[in-house]
Amino acid sequence: MTTLPETTGKKLGLVIDLDICVGCHACVVNCKEWNTGGYGAPLSDTDPYGSEPVGAWLNRIHTFEITPEDAPASIVHFPKSCLHCEDAPCVTVCPTGASYKRGEDGIVLVEEDKCIGCGLCAWACPYGAREMDPVEQVMKKFTLCVDRIYNDNIPEEDRVPACVRTCPANARHFGDFADPDSDVSVMTRERGGIDLMPEMETKPVNKYLPPRPKARPDVQPIKATSAPKAEGGLLGWIDRALEAL
Amino acid sequence: MHPAISVIFFTVTSGAGFGLIFLLGLGVPMPEGPTAAFLASALAIGLSVAGLVSSTFHLGHAERAWRAFSQWQSSWLSREGVLSVITLSLFGLYALIWLMTGERNGLLGFVSAAFAALTIYATAMIYAQLKTVPAWHTWLTPLCYLGFGVSSGFLLALSFGEMDRNFAVMALLINAGFWFVKDRWWRRLDSVGFSETGSDVGTATGLGKIGKVKLLEKPHSGENYLTKEMVHQIGRKHAEKLRLIAKFAGGLVPALVLIAIILFGAPGYIAVVGFFSIMVGLFAERWLFFAEAKHAVSLYY
Repeated sequence: MTTLPETTGKKLGLVIDLDICVGCHACVVNCKEWNTGGYGAPLSDTDPYGSEPVGAWLNRIHTFEITPEDAPASIVHFPKSCLHCEDAPCVTVCPTGASYKRGEDGIVLVEEDKCIGCGLCAWACPYGAREMDPVEQVMKKFTLCVDRIYNDNIPEEDRVPACVRTCPANARHFGDFADPDSDVSVMTRERGGIDLMPEMETKPVNKYLPPRPKARPDVQPIKATSAPKAEGGLLGWIDRALEAL
Repeated sequence: MHPAISVIFFTVTSGAGFGLIFLLGLGVPMPEGPTAAFLASALAIGLSVAGLVSSTFHLGHAERAWRAFSQWQSSWLSREGVLSVITLSLFGLYALIWLMTGERNGLLGFVSAAFAALTIYATAMIYAQLKTVPAWHTWLTPLCYLGFGVSSGFLLALSFGEMDRNFAVMALLINAGFWFVKDRWWRRLDSVGFSETGSDVGTATGLGKIGKVKLLEKPHSGENYLTKEMVHQIGRKHAEKLRLIAKFAGGLVPALVLIAIILFGAPGYIAVVGFFSIMVGLFAERWLFFAEAKHAVSLYY
């Protein structure tokens, strides 16, 4: 059914720490690697080694420049994937029931055998979290690695989404937001985790931790008023000798 | 948004078909005899079905399209499918009775007309429901779809030459009125941007509180599904000219044809010229409906 569950038992999702992400794209690559062989149809590419490669990816990293009014610009790497919204518009617009949000843990998924590839769910999502597979012609989306997190056949430390497992900087965290004492809930509380485009009223589950405020020295750097001078010693002699030339 | 030809053809053609069903159901005068009954019904059903068939060319898996009838409780696209089947069944029955007995059942016609209007409304709501596309997210959108559906259906109905001048006056007023509504829609589009939700790259990234946010590097060097589908810009290039073409072919030419009928007693069947002209105008209008609309995801690119 494409009506949304009233509430979900768990609220599984990600915290993404924008202060830590170094923009290495390892999560993007590991996401593609895992999901092309896991849940659903492979994530295809067209012309992958040619001049115009295009393909379906479930996680992409944008890079933004922020310029505060009174400080130099800084760079923020910005990983973006499905936010598993509580009021997911991508679910309610689906005409076939292929797009659904699970009652038990809140994960938003696509049942690919039912998807007609109309693309309306991608239009309904403000975040660009859904991409049509160019070969399979069904809608692909981030599954929160539903085939890893409950998988008893893999070691316990691997039972997190592939992007979280692979992040070398530990910028991505997986957990249950319904539990106020979970790591992700605590982190969100302490660091002032934010929603993306809250005005779209989608109530995203995933939170982003904003970059920590940059240190700003109180004193402006002293500008050199005259050419530096070396006193005494060999350098002093060279300085005096060259100046005398 | 990417203007897909199949979807443009669908909304314009099925709009005209359901518009004609709406008018025939309400009992507008048609010539006596089974030939006119057959032609009018076949045109109405044919245009509606042609539009619906065209919409399936937009699908990745048209063979599963039957599943789209299942989610009418939440999805406008599903409702559109269900309503169109109900409308076509009711009107099909109406047409059959008309063809066999020469009688036009008033009650069945009225119910078909109501469902035809609901179907056009549902088609428009597929787009108008999307908060992510502010240009579409207004009650003016279903109003335009309904108005243009009825206008194009009206010109087709007049072409049968049975209606008197009063009907031509009505058609003239409806068509002119809805082009004014469309003009309002366009003026809103020109100024609305993302102002209604206040979205910008700052809220999209949540970084706006820190400072001015600007995209430094895209996630990939080439295009992707999102940029092709939702950050489509080429179609906007000739927007001004296309708006003029739409207003000329969709508004002015049908108006001149109708004036010729009203003032100079020209035969009703010349309204068919107006019908073909309004279809050209509506294709231009519908192309722009998609091409000029900006999607929230463009804030990330």
